[in-house]
Parts: sequence; C-alpha cells; structure tokens
Amino acid sequence: MLTILFDGIAYGMLLFVLACGLAVTLGLMNFVNLAHGAFAMAGGYITLVLVNRMGWPFFAALPIAFVATAAIGALFERTLYVHVYAKSHLDQVLFTIGLVFMSVAAVDYTMGSQQQYIQLPEALRGQIDVFGIGVGRYRLLIIAICGLLTVALQLILTRSRFGSRLRAAVDDPRVASGLGIHVGGVFAVTFAFGSGLAGLGGALGAEILGLDPIFPLKFMIYFLIVVTVGGTSSITGPFLASLLLGIGDVAGKYYVPKFGAFVIYTIMIVVLIWRPQGLFARGTSR
Amino acid sequence: MSEPLARDVKGYLAGQARWHPLEIAFWLIALASIFLLTNKHLILTEIAIFALFALSLDLILGYSGILSLGHAAYFGFGAYVAGLLAKHGIIAEPVLALIVSGLAASVLGFVTSFLVLRGSDLTRLMVTLGVSLILMEIANQLDWLTGGADGLQGITIAPLLGIWEFDLFGHVAYTYSLIVLFVMFVIARRLVHSPFGLSLRSVKGNPLRAAAIGISVNARLVAIYTVAAGYAGIAGALLTQTTQFASLNGLSLERSADVLLALVLGGTGYLYGGLLGSIVFKLMQDYLAHITPQYWQFWIGLVLVILVLVGRERMGNWTAPVRGLLARVGRRSVPATDGR
Repeated sequence: MLTILFDGIAYGMLLFVLACGLAVTLGLMNFVNLAHGAFAMAGGYITLVLVNRMGWPFFAALPIAFVATAAIGALFERTLYVHVYAKSHLDQVLFTIGLVFMSVAAVDYTMGSQQQYIQLPEALRGQIDVFGIGVGRYRLLIIAICGLLTVALQLILTRSRFGSRLRAAVDDPRVASGLGIHVGGVFAVTFAFGSGLAGLGGALGAEILGLDPIFPLKFMIYFLIVVTVGGTSSITGPFLASLLLGIGDVAGKYYVPKFGAFVIYTIMIVVLIWRPQGLFARGTSR
Repeated sequence: MSEPLARDVKGYLAGQARWHPLEIAFWLIALASIFLLTNKHLILTEIAIFALFALSLDLILGYSGILSLGHAAYFGFGAYVAGLLAKHGIIAEPVLALIVSGLAASVLGFVTSFLVLRGSDLTRLMVTLGVSLILMEIANQLDWLTGGADGLQGITIAPLLGIWEFDLFGHVAYTYSLIVLFVMFVIARRLVHSPFGLSLRSVKGNPLRAAAIGISVNARLVAIYTVAAGYAGIAGALLTQTTQFASLNGLSLERSADVLLALVLGGTGYLYGGLLGSIVFKLMQDYLAHITPQYWQFWIGLVLVILVLVGRERMGNWTAPVRGLLARVGRRSVPATDGR
C-alpha cells in the first residue's frame, strides 16, 4: 500500500517535471504546444546515447540532457515557434502535431523502433528498506531531484526578478513591453528552460515510462491532463494535478489491472465536470 | 430590416444555396470515374470514405469552430458497430447496417458532446483526445468482442440490398461508397445552407453575440456535434464494409490528425474542402508510402509544418482560382472562406 503510494508519488513528480514546461507555454503563454513530448524524448535519447554507447556516467549525462534539450528548444523557439505564437489554435495544433510526426519518424529512423532502456549505475538499482517499506532507490532519487526542482521553480517564479518579469509578460504583454521588459526574450528563455526540464524528465523517466519513438504521442494526453486539470494560474496547480494523476494511475494499474488505464480518464472527466477551468484555476477565465 | 435589404439578403442566400455548374461538373466527373478508372477503384474507395470523414470534421471545425483531436472516436466506433452487426448477422443488409452504425455513432456523439461544450480550445483538445483514447482502451480490453489488438476479423458482408455482391476489385464497393458520399454530401449541403447552418456560423464567429440575438449556442453545438459524429460513424462503417475488417487503428490519434490535415489541405469552412483535401492527402500518402514505406509520417509532418509557416490562407488559396471562376460563371460572389 505505502509502496504504491510511494511509486505513485515518484511517477507524479516525474510527470510534473515533464509537464511543467508545458504548463508555462500552454497555460501561461496560451500556446498549444503538443510537441512538448518530443523534447522529453530528445532528452531521453541523448542520455541513452551518452550512457549506453559512449560510456558516460549516468549523473554526468543528466545535466547534458538538460542543456542539450534546452538548446534545441531555444533553437526551435527562435526559428519556428516564434512565427506561430500569434496564429490561431488550429494552426498551433497542426504545426506542433507536424513536429511530433517528424520527430517520431526521425527517431525511428536513427534509433530504431524498439523500446530501449538506459543502463543505470549499480548504486541506483534495487530497493532499500525505509521503516519496513520497500523503496526503490531509483524512485527515491527521482523524488529527491524532482522535489528540489519544484521548490527551485516555485522560488524562481515567485521571488526572482525574472519570475516577476515572466508573470508580467504573461499577464499583459503590451504593458510589460511598455515597461521595458523584453517580452520575446523572456518567452524564449522560459521556453528553452521548459524544454530543458522536459528533456531532464525524459532522461530520468526512461527507466519508468520506457523510451521509444512514439513517446510524444503516448504521453501527450498525460501532459494535457496535467495542464488542464491543474489550471494555469500557478505552478502548484500542475504539481498537485501531477501527483493526483501519478498516484491514481499507479494505484489503478495495481488494483484493477484490467481497467487501470481508465482511472486517469475518469479523473479527468470528473474534474472537468466539476471544475471546467481546472482544479486550481483563478476565478476569471482568460 | 428594410424591404429591399431583406430581398437582397434573401436573394444572396438563395444564390448561395443553388447548385453551381462547377459543382455539377465535379459530381459528373466522380460519376464518370466509376466507369473510366476501373483499375483505380481500390484507392478511390479509400478517398471517398476519407472524404466523408473529412466532411464530418468540417461540419464541427469549419462551420462551428470546435477544435477536435479525437474525431476518430466516432469513425472507429461506427467501424466496430458495422463490423459486429455483420459478423454476428444481426443486421446483414449493408445499407441498413450503415444507417444503424451512423445512428449509434451519433448517440455516442450526443453523449460526449456535453463534455466538449465545456471550457476553451485547450480543454476541448484534451477532452476529444481523451474520448478517443478511452474508446481505444475499451476496444482493446474487450477482446472477446472486438478482437483486441488483432482487430475484428472474420466479417462477411452480405450482398448490397440483397442483389450486388462485393467483388475483389472493389467496383461495387466504390460505387456504393460514392453514392453514400453523394447522399451525405447533399444532406450536409442542405444543412449548412439552412437557417440552422447560418446560425452555426454565427456561433462560430462570435458565441456571445450569437447568444445575444437569441441563438441557444450550446443546443446548436450539441446538435451539430451529434450530426458530425453520425457522419464519421457512417464513414467508419463504410470502411469496415468495404474492407471486411475493423481495427484499433480506426480510433487512433494518427487518424484524427490525418483527417485534420486532409481538411486543412482542402480548406476548412466550405464543403468541398474536405473532398478536395482527401484526394490530395490520399494521393500524397500513397505516393510517400510507396517511396518510404516506414517513414512517410515524417513527410506528412513536414507538410503540416510548412503549411502553417507559409500560412494556411495563402496556401489554401490554391482553390481561389476555382472559386474565382465560380464567382464569374455564376455572376455572384462567393465569400472568401477562412478556417478561423
């Protein structure tokens, strides 16, 4: 029971790191980015190549996954995404779905279509006992990293100068740029950072979620649920939504394996009927 | 409203609803393809079915502004219903089974439409995608009924109306699909030019104002969503009947995305958009799958990206000369349609 809860929390934390970049672009910038999973996949495969083929230590590969994915994100944002911000949601959906298709085929071509796993260092395998509960070491690591990231993110958003700039730029881009905030630059940095986080999430999650070319398609709905259920007003909403989703999914798959996949959809529908704007949305709709 | 203005508006709307020579020519060409392109009937059948599916998406996206990423839910549902009806001999006659499948899909559409009404574009994307994924999961789990991941096999389709047997070359299948497409097209045409269709367009343009002039927005959206789901169900049922197979693939996200691409290629918000788009899309897909059997999705993705970056308006305007011709031949203006 507690093990399931623990696994669920680890899974939820992972989802949060994967999806929080999306929560910013999709929720705050009002840009429908369905290709977010592609960045996560990129991070996963970068780690895979570094660790499995080039023999890098796992912990050295993680920061590289973050930096490399962030760089790819920044590149795409500056060259492609920036043209699509002002377009309709339909255009954004078409554009990002197109990117997803391309990434799926490209990864299939270069890495093969089978599911792959990253070789973990010996220290991270197996379980340890904490107060009589079997706790996977790797999951413990995920919770530690993701927990730290969440706290850091929350502090950056609420306390730092950049955080207040971002919130200003999101609330009213025109007034923000009138105040001398470089809105485009703020968005670019945020997008790159979000992509980097997705890449890190993909690298960490390869062990639990699996890594194959259709990753962006498989987890698209999870990301969407996290963002819509969590609402877009803060970082805590998506965080709680991820935890809810993670625990629900793990528990559902464990207790009712046959219908485990329905649990998250049921959560989604119930929340939607109950609170159409998301669980933790602010009063006014945007 | 003043008297002459009312007359003008009435005349304009009647003119819009009238059949145009080029439209008649389009359907005559389609009719001729039955007799002339006999060795291409297999792909033509696919195109006709896909066109019907795209038409159904156009009804909700182009005419009502509902962004859907899970329209394949109704397509796949119709496909399974038709397959099960035929396999267990509940309704053997294909035409009747087609109608029943369409009705079943529209019931599903009616039930799910209330979820779709809520929230913004983003929520709609999630909900429509979620609905199609739930259906896919159900179809996957109920393997005693649907065959699970292997698909529904062993379907035999009875002769059409008890007379025409489906043949190996797809002649009967194509004629049948084309007739169904035409009938459904005529109904859709009637629908979008009716006061109901006009009210839908006003809802799409501005829901708040539409509500202010007394249009019950939600009821209209539920109605059109139900109708569109029925259309998609019929398209799915047609696919099952012509291929004697139904699979999970019919419910997949890829199918929803494909139909969205086909519709956008042809242009949203006018009925021929879905039809022309399907022709272009299917031919392109066929060609790409021929060159790179495994990676054709890459090129489809590239087309999507370029389409958006260049601008749908500019790209969609490849039909503009045709529409300009329409305007000149018919001596009445065809308003520029735009996907938003």
